Amino acid sequence: MTEKTAESSRLKTITLKVNHKEYTVDVEPRMLLSDVLRDELRLTGTHVGCEHGVCGACTIMMDGRPVRSCLVFGVQADQAEIVTVEGLESGDGELHPLQNGFWEKHGLQCGFCTPGMLMTACHLLEHNPDPSREEIREAISGNLCRCTGYQGIVDAVEYAAKEMRERAE
Amino acid sequence: MKPAAFDYYKPETLAEALSLLDEFGYDAKILAGGQSLIPMMNMRLARPPVLIDINGVPGMTGIEVGDSEIVIGGLTRHYMVEHSAEIERSCPMLAEGIKLIGHSQIRSRGTIGGSIVHADPTAELPVMLTALGGKVTVVSSGEERELTPEELFLTYMTTTIEPNEIVKSVHFPVIAERTGHAIEEFTLRSGDFAIIIAAASVTLDEEGLIESAALCIGGVDGVPVKLDEVTDELIGQAPSEELFAESCEPIVDMVEPEKDIHASVEYRKDLCVALSRRVLKKAADEAKLA
Repeated sequence: MTEKTAESSRLKTITLKVNHKEYTVDVEPRMLLSDVLRDELRLTGTHVGCEHGVCGACTIMMDGRPVRSCLVFGVQADQAEIVTVEGLESGDGELHPLQNGFWEKHGLQCGFCTPGMLMTACHLLEHNPDPSREEIREAISGNLCRCTGYQGIVDAVEYAAKEMRERAE
Repeated sequence: MKPAAFDYYKPETLAEALSLLDEFGYDAKILAGGQSLIPMMNMRLARPPVLIDINGVPGMTGIEVGDSEIVIGGLTRHYMVEHSAEIERSCPMLAEGIKLIGHSQIRSRGTIGGSIVHADPTAELPVMLTALGGKVTVVSSGEERELTPEELFLTYMTTTIEPNEIVKSVHFPVIAERTGHAIEEFTLRSGDFAIIIAAASVTLDEEGLIESAALCIGGVDGVPVKLDEVTDELIGQAPSEELFAESCEPIVDMVEPEKDIHASVEYRKDLCVALSRRVLKKAADEAKLA
């Protein structure tokens, strides 16, 4: 058996919902969810940094919890409900308050860590609408940024939290 | 950073998972949370030919708190323990220590059984299991057996679990009356692997003297180390800062940590003494309030 047929015989068909849209794809079991999202579904908003669960750039929401998509195989996401950074803005293209916050407060420079930061912060604000700066730092402690020194990111999350609270009133 | 190819099986029952293990033996690895296994596979430090994904196996997730024992299904995720009010009441050390595991993204997927069998001696769960004298139930097609931490942990990342066995549940004792728990670790950054970790439990008698105590340290050997020679000396004494300072001083000569780029031997020994003193004091203070 050639390498090629060995690989294709391993293919599994999975169906997953990403940003409320259903996809059915054939994936090799060894393909990481981060690569399924980027290479198969062409959702390249999710960034791949370290690929061993240290940098947090590939953080997505999977069944309502933040997850590192480089530490889940695509086959494990069969029937899962996923939200990526592409799912943050509303249907009419309006930015999510967190995205606005990162814009307003200079929460990024190169932008590589941003999708992971946004998804992680999104989970924080869902559960804690008024976090302290300390709580924001703790929440993003699994996400590395090598540009900003984090100050702008903490400011951005605080800004978004305030905006979301005001909207809710 | 892509894993090598493997054959993927997703059994729907425990019996099916166990028979797959019987079939593939050493070639198979169990995939639970994958938060340690997948990084190792991505870096190709591990290349198992077969993965048996047990995430679809029913009946292995959940927390049951009885009168004297807490039973946690092997597939229970860290965040479920973290957010359990029952765990907070029945086992404060577990409630506190679970938050020290990785980051929220890791705790979303990581499992209790997985952390235990990964057997990292500086990881929180092995240290807590050893400190509290918990148990682990493992099953194979043929039998079910219970292991104490001493029977389970052999050395770094190595346990006595056979290739045909799966961790079914992990058991912790419910905190006794007049008892306090504490756990602390030293890490370079929040969420990193601990350099030294210490956990203690202290029980006072009705007069407020120490009735029993346990102290466990991770990061000084291939398995979590219980320091009974320190805690035996505490029995019958009144808890105080001075008592704990004095009784923890000899720990310097009891532990033999190895040095690496992060910390010298001397620094690690200092950490062992300081963290031990702190957790014993904190556990005793908690016991007074209990």
